[in-house]
Amino acid sequence: MQYMLLIYSDSSLGPVPGTEEFGKMIADYQEFTEEVKESGALVSGDALQDTTTATTVRAPAGGSVTMTDGPFAETKETLGGYYLLDCKDLDEALAYAAKIPTAAYGSIEVRPVMVFD
Amino acid sequence: MNASDPPSSSTEGAVCTLPDITRECWSRVLALLTTRLRNLQLAEDMLQNAVLTALETWPKRGVPDNPQSWLYRVAMNRAIDQLRRVQKHPTQPFDVTSENLVPTFSDNLTEYESGIPDERLRMIFTCCHPAIAPEAQMGLTLRTICGLSTGDIARAFLVTESTMAQRLVRVKRKIIHAGIPYEVPDADHLPERLEAVLAVIYLIFNEGYASSSGDRTIRTDLCEEALYLVGELAACLPDEPEVLGLQALMLLHDSRREARVAEDGRPIMLFDQDRSLWNTAKIQQGMHCLHLASQFQVSGVYQLQAAISAVHARAPEASRTHWPAIVALYAELYRLTPNAVVGLNYAQAMSYTRGPAEALRFIRSLPDFDALQNYQPYYAALADLYERLESLDEAISACTRAIELSKNSQEKHYLSDKLAVLTSKVAKH
Repeated sequence: MQYMLLIYSDSSLGPVPGTEEFGKMIADYQEFTEEVKESGALVSGDALQDTTTATTVRAPAGGSVTMTDGPFAETKETLGGYYLLDCKDLDEALAYAAKIPTAAYGSIEVRPVMVFD
Repeated sequence: MNASDPPSSSTEGAVCTLPDITRECWSRVLALLTTRLRNLQLAEDMLQNAVLTALETWPKRGVPDNPQSWLYRVAMNRAIDQLRRVQKHPTQPFDVTSENLVPTFSDNLTEYESGIPDERLRMIFTCCHPAIAPEAQMGLTLRTICGLSTGDIARAFLVTESTMAQRLVRVKRKIIHAGIPYEVPDADHLPERLEAVLAVIYLIFNEGYASSSGDRTIRTDLCEEALYLVGELAACLPDEPEVLGLQALMLLHDSRREARVAEDGRPIMLFDQDRSLWNTAKIQQGMHCLHLASQFQVSGVYQLQAAISAVHARAPEASRTHWPAIVALYAELYRLTPNAVVGLNYAQAMSYTRGPAEALRFIRSLPDFDALQNYQPYYAALADLYERLESLDEAISACTRAIELSKNSQEKHYLSDKLAVLTSKVAKH
């Protein structure tokens, strides 16, 4: 089963770029990505640029297309990246989620990908 | 004989009543069906149908020699038919009355002729999976392992039957869609998952033992179900000291059931209870569980709480309670779980060895003291400590706050009486 692991965090809580802690986090992410690659679980995964680079599009029927600067909603924790993993069951996906470096100070939402028969 | 009378077997004078069969049978057959079908809702629906057929046919034909096997075979056959039917005609409803009541056999099923393996351990770990919300964990466990009807569970948790039914349907859907496995966790994950199971069982017990809202102080059905659950768990996992610890704790709490509530429904505090009403058989069972647990020499929060309860159980009167032992146990418990609630209980015990003033100082020094600000038992404890220190104004103010925060009408009555006593003491000064 495929699971989306959505990585949320309050950017003010994470390590600051340029610091030793930040370097360690990058190394930890590389290690995690290696692990899921090697186990065959990795389908894809990426970091996203921060929410100041986001644009939100709405195109209601009968209305005009609107674009707003920023994410779809202003939240304290924002989406920073994701992994798409192929796992045996939810337990396996949850075990991986706990290992994602951001889980130390943020939240990882784990959701199964919809399967259409 | 009407439909609700239990059927009895005509062979060899053995009497099998449907209620007896259904409870133990229900959970074991359901667990096995779920393991085979990988679909709890389907398993439950088919088993329900099989039980209804049993209710109709066993009074006429006699109870089968192996009722569990019969129920399993009938439910499984219907499940297979259902699955085939859905494949052919996706919109056709399943009609139980047209079913052939003589079960058909297939090679796969004969291995279960002699005995149904106990798959309930898998089921209980699934029901208590951390991905499931606590109310749903409790509801699902009560339904699948205890065989309680949705209506009974709803009443126990003071919600409507349709609310509980929806809750259960949603969680069964989540199990399938999110891929929650029907497995006993491996050795690496067993400790934390077992902790979750024990927490659910204890929550069920506490719902029954001291409802925080509602008008009755004890809902005994839930206590019985929780005791049943922990007993079955202990049988499946005999080498887990905390399972025995929880069993001991619940037995010891339950031993005081008759003494805990007055005739008018008011709660009676531990110190005021008539100890002759304590159930000595349950106390002995509890002590025995605690003794078994201690042989593993691994401390744990349930064993410690049970040991504390055991010290109370050994005291013939409140005045002969061995407080130093209780304080030592709380010290260890606080070391394992250093939170404000445990700290509060520790302080109350401490008040009997070091005095109420020291206890108050300890409470105020708790790192997460703020967490107590809306905690009802905190104000009840304050009222008691201040009263013993003769600080009556503080006692009255704490008691008043305790009444405001209480959600149990019996508890409010008790505290109001206490408030009246305190107020009259002030009036006399």
